[in-house]
Amino acid sequence: MDIIVCIKQVPDTTEVKINPETNTLVREGVPSIVNPFDENAVESALQLKEKYGGKVTVITMGPPQAAEALRTTIAMGADEVYLVSDRAFAGSDTWATSYTLSQAIKKIGRFDLILCGKQAIDGDTAQVGPGIAEWLDIPQVTFAVKIDAEESKLKVERLLEEVNEVVECPLPAVVTVVKQINSPRLPSLKGMMRAKKAEIKNLSAQDIGADLENTGLKGSPTSVVKIFTPPPKGGGEILAGEAAEIIVKLTDKLKERKII
Amino acid sequence: MDYLLTEEQIMIRDLVRKIAKDKIIPKRLEWDETGEFPWEALKALAEADLCGLYIPEEYGGMGANILGYSIAGEEVSRACGGVGVSYMASGLGSTPIILFGSEEQKKKYLPAIAAGKKLAAFGLTEANAGSDAAGIETTAKKEGDYYILNGTKQWITNGGEAETYTVIAISDKSKGPRGASAFILEKGTPGFTFGKKENKMGIRCSATRELVFQDCKIHKSQLLGKEGMGFIVAMKTLDMTRPGIGAQAVGIAQGALDEALKYSRQRVQFGRPIGSFQAIQHMLADMATLIEAARALVYSTARMIDAGCKDFTLPASEAKLFASDVAMKVTTDAVQILGGYGYMKEYPVEKMMRDAKITQIYEGTNQIQRNQIALALIKESASKK
Repeated sequence: MDIIVCIKQVPDTTEVKINPETNTLVREGVPSIVNPFDENAVESALQLKEKYGGKVTVITMGPPQAAEALRTTIAMGADEVYLVSDRAFAGSDTWATSYTLSQAIKKIGRFDLILCGKQAIDGDTAQVGPGIAEWLDIPQVTFAVKIDAEESKLKVERLLEEVNEVVECPLPAVVTVVKQINSPRLPSLKGMMRAKKAEIKNLSAQDIGADLENTGLKGSPTSVVKIFTPPPKGGGEILAGEAAEIIVKLTDKLKERKII
Repeated sequence: MDYLLTEEQIMIRDLVRKIAKDKIIPKRLEWDETGEFPWEALKALAEADLCGLYIPEEYGGMGANILGYSIAGEEVSRACGGVGVSYMASGLGSTPIILFGSEEQKKKYLPAIAAGKKLAAFGLTEANAGSDAAGIETTAKKEGDYYILNGTKQWITNGGEAETYTVIAISDKSKGPRGASAFILEKGTPGFTFGKKENKMGIRCSATRELVFQDCKIHKSQLLGKEGMGFIVAMKTLDMTRPGIGAQAVGIAQGALDEALKYSRQRVQFGRPIGSFQAIQHMLADMATLIEAARALVYSTARMIDAGCKDFTLPASEAKLFASDVAMKVTTDAVQILGGYGYMKEYPVEKMMRDAKITQIYEGTNQIQRNQIALALIKESASKK
């Protein structure tokens, strides 16, 4: 099974800082890591490869320094990596990003499965994986907690809020994974040495035949108008007393606020 | 401190630190309490390609030599002395095969050890043969193409857990020290069983057991080197692995200093952190200085071996002796700095103090090391006249 994993390099913090003037992430002085959910996707790919054979290719779209994130995945065991990087991709929203990645995937060619983390911990949109599936016009299964392959189809267990759902879909497909699916392996020494020496192949806008109307800031229909921290919620109120009294107080309050 | 390490050595160090943080430190107190063998930690080290560091590349290892291996052993021991010795004892058990094995023996045994699928162990010590290794009583009687082993080895690290054992036995009593031979034995060989598992003061999660041989018949192809070379195999092996004991000791000491430093910044008495008191500061300064001196001795000995220097018996003994004495002093002082808390099992320093003690005893007591060092010095001085 040939698998392409899409990863993102993100700042190593859950306390993301936003530049209030540009409404973009402040990346200076924050160390970068592979998005944790994407590490789960890489681990899933490696496990599937161990079980069914094939090849694991990892791609990322980002600035040249995102090559470090790709090296991390080589150290884990990825066979091949591509950095999709071009000035024309700067400022992409999820539409432009998923278009660009889908073009890169077409360029790479053969694949049976595309894996992504369910979302990135910086943007938290969870849109790029599904977006890639749409651009490639193939099935998508999100929030996977278990993936089994059976001949030319997949059996995927999805982690939903109330229940788990088992679905089947034909290959090729896009699957996004949640963190409960596995615990990503640590790199190995041989892997780290291979990663250090590895040449990171770059795919430019021209290489992937991208339509520049769909890439970068120009190809991004989303414009972020404002980003702000919502005010903290109030502390709530606990009603005390006998049950009968509380019921009266409660209904009064609800009526007051025109809820009932 | 810049130790002038290569990129590969830095990778080894950082990788072991990561494994120590994720897989060893969270479990070390539990393993110390129960004595459970730390397979989980060894598996993680194996998956990271760290079990074959010292094994040549053609036999599946990393060919990282003694310094790379010492750095790994130091970092594992910094987290837990018990895991550290289990990890390093496999090196001790397989070094005789690297040094004296035939091509066939190397190909047969080393790849599985390098991959971490099998552990190795070294069997020399007996009830009546500790510092006086020449007193061993285990016999290997030749019968045609076979040797019949009888006797008991004692306090063998990784005993019962390892698959591959290098054992020294007397094949010809009439020849005295030249009558000993080294053999490779596999777990499961008929007549080869394990005695009781020892209940120890420190390094409690490591396995220390007897190897029992009762008419254990092995083919002559299991002989390591030539007949009569047993003591040479043992001595050359121990010379090679002695800096590793030094590395374990440096690691245990560093782990204790880490804890003492952390505590002295947090613990407030008389309205200020105890680290602001000169009495504590001077202790910390002495501990750090001793550790750096010990580390320098261990690393320089390892570098000598890696550079192919022939005669390193003296620095290897000095490194083991000094580093283990430093470990004992530093861990004792760490307990002192942590005071009552240091004496309690909630903090790891009392375990480190117990773990440190063995480094002064095994692979040649520090008294034996001093004998060796003095003997070498006198010999050298006499030869100049």
